[in-house]
Amino acid sequence: MAATDAAKITIMKGYEEGYTAATFALHDETHTIGNALRWMLMKNPKVEFCGYSAPHPSEPVIHLRIQMYDNASAITALTDALENLDQLAIAVNDQYRTSLRRGAFERFEEE
Amino acid sequence: MATRSLNDPRRQVKVGTERVYDVANTEFPGNYPGEDHSWNLKKFRKDLKVEIQRLSRRSVEFDLVGVDASIANAFRRILIAEVPTIAIEHVYVWNNTSVIHDEVLAQRLGLVPLDVDPSQMEYHNGVATDRNTLVFRLQVACERRKGAAREETDPEKLYKNSNVLAKHLTWVPQGEQESFFADHPPKPTNDNILLAKLRPGQEIEIELHAIKGQGNEHAKWSPVGTASYRLLPNIQIHRPIPPPLAEKFQKCFSPGVISVDPTTKEVKVADPRRETMSREVLRHPEFEGMVSLSRIRDFFLFKIETESAYPPERLFTEAVTVFRDKVKRLKVAAQALAVEAAQAREGEADADADAAMETD
Repeated sequence: MAATDAAKITIMKGYEEGYTAATFALHDETHTIGNALRWMLMKNPKVEFCGYSAPHPSEPVIHLRIQMYDNASAITALTDALENLDQLAIAVNDQYRTSLRRGAFERFEEE
Repeated sequence: MATRSLNDPRRQVKVGTERVYDVANTEFPGNYPGEDHSWNLKKFRKDLKVEIQRLSRRSVEFDLVGVDASIANAFRRILIAEVPTIAIEHVYVWNNTSVIHDEVLAQRLGLVPLDVDPSQMEYHNGVATDRNTLVFRLQVACERRKGAAREETDPEKLYKNSNVLAKHLTWVPQGEQESFFADHPPKPTNDNILLAKLRPGQEIEIELHAIKGQGNEHAKWSPVGTASYRLLPNIQIHRPIPPPLAEKFQKCFSPGVISVDPTTKEVKVADPRRETMSREVLRHPEFEGMVSLSRIRDFFLFKIETESAYPPERLFTEAVTVFRDKVKRLKVAAQALAVEAAQAREGEADADADAAMETD
């Protein structure tokens, strides 16, 4: 649970010069973040390709492959995608709380 | 508010007789010439709709519209596996003469949901303190009840404590816990969970330590009974249904989905949410080409049932908090990588400059 933040993400060997294409290993993560991050990266027009995998079901690691157009940096794309996911979560939570506060829903009793 | 129509074919996962079509989202940059599908927070906020539909003391149902399946699924997975709760982890059996084995009893005790707000406790890091461990005792002995009728067969009337229930768990405050938990003393959420059965002479004496944990380690720490979503069913009627067939058409769907006007026999879709997608209507040749079935790809009908100390409406907010924490930690790590990469590049540039000087 509390892995040290320093080794949270590592870049796997075989990356391109200037990180224009790289595979990142996200440690202690699952499909939960892997798939959401993949989707957000694919929303970036500078990203040529993005895909993720869980190399083995009993190892808590996600491999995330990012390839960029025009010699852009995959690390920058990754930080941007994380920032965007955070803002997305804020937006969803805001609307949920607004709906809860408005109280325009059915209340019912169970058993 | 969602501005896009439910009849937009790109939002539909089409349901055919034998299979589903157009399952994957295709709205990515570069996929549709002349259209911009890059991430846009303003547009996302405008198209997003989160609306609570029903709320009870145990469950909440809400619509989440305008997000990709990967996002909805992330929240669902976090609800099940990563929102923390408190559960019994260490069981010290001093005495157990009941017919249920120690290890089986310990497993059952672990599954008892406890009514303790997990935000009030820390994670257990190997050393038990009064900030991370709650102590309970379970001490029950079974005896004969004097004066029970000779022909009585009901164990409840024959014996005292024939059933060991969750309410027999007594909390033993440690250190400052007594005052800290004064308003809301820790106890099981349900008093009537059967833990073991006893007969006269049998006895259970156990000490239990409850700690904070997450569902990904063991399901006993999962805060939800179920956390699930389905996609909104969509029924499009292309041509008017002939009046003599109206009732038959209605019967092809779940009750309440289709309404038929009693006089004109006009058919309308009244409540598509109730549809179970039996696809019965597609079996009848007389309805061919009149109707198409689909589900809306970005319209999630969430249902969350709490089985923990969290009230149902708080669970989703907790899941979002966990999601944001995960993203934040990854962002710190990614920024560290960016700094490292920049330093490496500077180092290389310096080395190149040095090399150039030497050759001069």
